Amino acid sequence: MVAFDEMLPAEAGLRRPYEAYDGWLKNQDPARLTEKMRDAERVFRKTGITFAVYGEQEASERLIPFDIVPRIISGNEWRRLTQGIEQRVQALNAFLDDIYHRQEILRAGRVPRELIATNEAFLPEMIGVRPPAGVYTHIIGVDIVRIAENEFYVLEDNARTPSGVSYMLENRETMLQLFPELFQRIKVQPVENYPQLLRQSLAAVRPNGVNGTPTIAVLTPGSFNSAYFEHAFLADQMGVQLVEGQDLRVVDGHVAMRTTEGYKRIDVLYRRVDDAYLDPMTFRPDSTLGVPGIMDVYRAGNITIANAPGTGIADDKAIYSYMPEIIEFYTGRKPILGNIPTWRCSEPDSLKYVQEHLGELVIKEVHGSGGYGMLVGPAASKKEREEFSKKLAARPSNYIAQPTLSLSTCPILTEKGLAPRHVDLRPFVLVSDRIRIVPGGLTRVALKEGSLVVNSSQGGGTKDTWVLDD
Amino acid sequence: MLLGRTANGLYWMNRYIERTENMARLIDAGLRIALTRSQDASEEWNSVLLSAGAASAFAAKHNDYTAENVADFLLRDMSNPSSAVAAIETARNNARMVRTALTRETWESINEAWMSLKRVLASPIDQRELPGVLDAIKRETALIRGSFYGTMLRNEIFDFAQLGTYVERADNTARILDVKYYVLLPSISWVGSSLDNYQWESILRSVAAHRSYRWVYEAEYKPTNIAEYLILNARMPRSLSFSYRFLAEHLKFLGEDYGARHPAQEIAERTYARLRGTEIKDIFETGLHEFLADFIRDNNRLGDQVAQDFGFY
Repeated sequence: MVAFDEMLPAEAGLRRPYEAYDGWLKNQDPARLTEKMRDAERVFRKTGITFAVYGEQEASERLIPFDIVPRIISGNEWRRLTQGIEQRVQALNAFLDDIYHRQEILRAGRVPRELIATNEAFLPEMIGVRPPAGVYTHIIGVDIVRIAENEFYVLEDNARTPSGVSYMLENRETMLQLFPELFQRIKVQPVENYPQLLRQSLAAVRPNGVNGTPTIAVLTPGSFNSAYFEHAFLADQMGVQLVEGQDLRVVDGHVAMRTTEGYKRIDVLYRRVDDAYLDPMTFRPDSTLGVPGIMDVYRAGNITIANAPGTGIADDKAIYSYMPEIIEFYTGRKPILGNIPTWRCSEPDSLKYVQEHLGELVIKEVHGSGGYGMLVGPAASKKEREEFSKKLAARPSNYIAQPTLSLSTCPILTEKGLAPRHVDLRPFVLVSDRIRIVPGGLTRVALKEGSLVVNSSQGGGTKDTWVLDD
Repeated sequence: MLLGRTANGLYWMNRYIERTENMARLIDAGLRIALTRSQDASEEWNSVLLSAGAASAFAAKHNDYTAENVADFLLRDMSNPSSAVAAIETARNNARMVRTALTRETWESINEAWMSLKRVLASPIDQRELPGVLDAIKRETALIRGSFYGTMLRNEIFDFAQLGTYVERADNTARILDVKYYVLLPSISWVGSSLDNYQWESILRSVAAHRSYRWVYEAEYKPTNIAEYLILNARMPRSLSFSYRFLAEHLKFLGEDYGARHPAQEIAERTYARLRGTEIKDIFETGLHEFLADFIRDNNRLGDQVAQDFGFY
């Protein structure tokens, strides 16, 4: 199976979006490019753009490898993608509002009731709660894969606390530093204003009754969290405070932060702490990362929490397979961006099929993330498949399966020159009074030849993503 | 507006940067004496450890007071929280925590100092390389200071960081003096011996003042002059008076910003007024050691009061 290469597809020759770049690349000295690659690493290390990998002996800070060949998308391709993305995030928010209120979609029988009732991501505490401005998931990362010229699929919706946007911004910053001449030749749409858009977006969903400029803060689990760099980066770029649970407490019915001049009220909290840790009085009692009593303030409508608690029910992998139905139910139209066909192992027929075709499928845990706990059938050994089969038989409802898609490839710079590697794309979407999508996103690339796993925790790298202004 | 935790982080970030640099200066001065004197230098190294507040921790780990052991313990031993490598790491962790309050250049200079010193101090230091290592530490901390002064806005963020610098510096200078106070006492009969000259020079060297001393006083070292220079001269950047001039000033700025007078400001202003209203002969009369011991205690108290006044915890 030959993958679709976004620069040089097998039959068609150089694709249009890459023409100008290719013209420039041909005139570059390979040694200079290698030198630029090293420069890029220095920039990242110097700036401290690092992430920690959980489960490693030495909880050291690592760099996500950066490749200097951009991934290029034409303006037309992008317009089509954004239409599909907008439709999708509208449906996600409508679904969340419905699921925590009237549950029409369950009554209509489009999504099975038990899938919600028994799901850990569904928070009964949110039933009947309407968040400020009616928005549940404010910041969404939609993972998209491409398999052919006109075939894009959504691999996963990240509706809880999607990360990676700081890499999108720093990757562009790095490219601008390394290759200023390229940006003079080629018109690339800017992504730099993402933090301003995020700020505007968060301000637009401030609680009722907050007049004037709301006080916004970013809540981080702390400097040892793997995504701490991003939390600090976003707070910095938005010009808001970066707070930890220990800085916050409930004062007079509002969430307030301890400042050098006493406690100050917060109106909008962009939290990067998981639901379970948000409020020890409501969720995990042992959590020190959250704010005791914040859920009471939230229910009283005195703070906006972005994303809202309980949004995980919308990006759960078991729900994912129902997204086409969900989109149609709420928007009245067919999905513009398709789903990858998915077998729900909870259904006996599907389980049978999956067990019989383990060697061809990718099997994922319903609640897993980051590429952990999954089986890539074609790449797995017989023994791995047999072991996985047992796990699957023991808890079928814990798994879904998808065909191994041949993700598109993009060239990366290796020691032996350009070589194709598989990529995916995570655009970032902001929802408030309107939907904002910055033209670009995070392109993740599997650096190992033939590998389909693009996760940074498992050897993936990133690329700058260009949306052409054409 | 500033988080109490951020103010705390800024304060300790600069305390530990200052400490990193002071470790290098202390060893530099000790090394000088060890190299220029034929006698056993173990007593000198013990003084260095005392000044660094690390004497008992060192004794628990080492028997020999050699340059190798002392330099290893004060520069690259992670079990010693004040060693240069541990201090720069703590400084960097604090900087990482308060990153949004720092300019990019300041953060990068701290991050780079941490990376470079970790590398330099990763393996045992060859004695021949020790001077180079000490230079590297001083250079990295100078670069941090350069970007800090060159790029940071003079607001509360700057004030809190500077409080850390000067509380640490005052503590360091006072300790150096207190450990050697006996060589500064005029009553000792063998004043002016070559041994004393070494000691005096070592004191000045450990606060980088062996040249500037001569610009202020006559070329000959005199213990009362040295004590006066390090305690009372408000223009000598590592003196107690200089440190308190700035502590009082930054606390005054904070008070004006917040429209309130904090107890910490009272303490700093009182101490500064006392330093200004004193002559060195008065200090010697009441007892140099007593004066310094009181000063170190009050200085610690100021640190605690700052933490309390500004919601550090």
